[in-house]
Amino acid sequence: MQTTSDEVLIARIAGGDRLAMQVLFARHHVRVFRFVLRLVRNEATAEDLISEVFLDIWRQAGKFEGRSAVSTWMLSIARFKALSALRRRQDDELDEETAERIEDHADDPETALAKKDKGAVLRQCLTALSAEHREVIDLVYYHEKSVEEVAEITGIPEATVKTRMFYARKKLSELLKQKGIDRGWP
Amino acid sequence: MNTNEKEAPAQDDIETLLPWHAAGTLSRRDAQRVEDALARNPELARRYALVREELGETIHLNETLGAPSARAMEALFAKIDAEPKRTAMGGAGSLNLSSRFTGWLENLAPRTLAFAGGVAAIAILLQAGLIATIMVKQNPTSGFETASAPSTAPGVGAFTLIRFAPQASFDDINKFLEQNKLMIVSGPVAGGLYKVRVGDNTLSKDQIGEVVKKLQQDKVVGFIVTTQ
Repeated sequence: MQTTSDEVLIARIAGGDRLAMQVLFARHHVRVFRFVLRLVRNEATAEDLISEVFLDIWRQAGKFEGRSAVSTWMLSIARFKALSALRRRQDDELDEETAERIEDHADDPETALAKKDKGAVLRQCLTALSAEHREVIDLVYYHEKSVEEVAEITGIPEATVKTRMFYARKKLSELLKQKGIDRGWP
Repeated sequence: MNTNEKEAPAQDDIETLLPWHAAGTLSRRDAQRVEDALARNPELARRYALVREELGETIHLNETLGAPSARAMEALFAKIDAEPKRTAMGGAGSLNLSSRFTGWLENLAPRTLAFAGGVAAIAILLQAGLIATIMVKQNPTSGFETASAPSTAPGVGAFTLIRFAPQASFDDINKFLEQNKLMIVSGPVAGGLYKVRVGDNTLSKDQIGEVVKKLQQDKVVGFIVTTQ
């Protein structure tokens, strides 16, 4: 089956094609929602933000220059919206404090049970990373973005993208170690 | 963040590329470099296994996040309906799309290209053979043109780039070209695109926009943009 490319949809949206907007929304809204949700950690806020993200796409489609993939452009807008919302909320208490909370509860029965499932513990630690580290890990592993694309979305140099990913993974290993899982790295 | 990200980690470049290698988003050259290093370095291979573990769990975690409710879409389209109506089809977004299309192809993840590219390449190859027959039929002089025949000169007129739908048959394409008085001038180029003359004379942006709008309704057309 032939599907219309995102590029073509954007060109149609630029001309006011509402149906093309519906197709683009259906195709990408779940991934954009998850990206935003991992940053803002609030479902209602994430839902509000994806409406805003796609409204920006509707308004700015005519300015899209095609220098990057449409999904990369969308994630850039989503990231900007999410960070603005976080700044407005000014209660980004989740980073280091969350990690500390996990450490504090490392030996409770629930965690002891979770230890039996290394995957579950790893996912728990992924959630405990800082917003910057969660973001880079999600962009690389889940959203399949290249070094260049992550640099474009986050607005940092490519070398910094690689370094940030390295430290995100290092932090993840440290959190796992605190939970009793030593991966022997770094 | 406490760590100074500007200081490169004391690891070699190959190790920093492992996450992208696992995700399949490295260039072919870098992927080969990583593969070579993995083959000769067992410790690096062990660390790569950790990366793959992280990749799997990150996907798992994201996939369990669920999806937004219908409220998000309702809110969006309520806002869109409240926006001022747009008049022109295309606007800036439809201009110079051929170069954008090429950029889009270049930006696809290798994993996506490997799958989609394989299927598309077979369809394009089969179709190219059929379209070559049409081109010979349309251009019996095999490219020889007289200066006094502007209506058939390759560089004169209004043109589009068309990629035909993979499922379009020889007869479908032939009929489509005849009905719309179109002529394939050259192709296929990257992405299976053909340069097609849609008029003997140069058309305005609006006129060619109308032609593109009409032609893209046909099931034979997979993709169409204006070109010079």
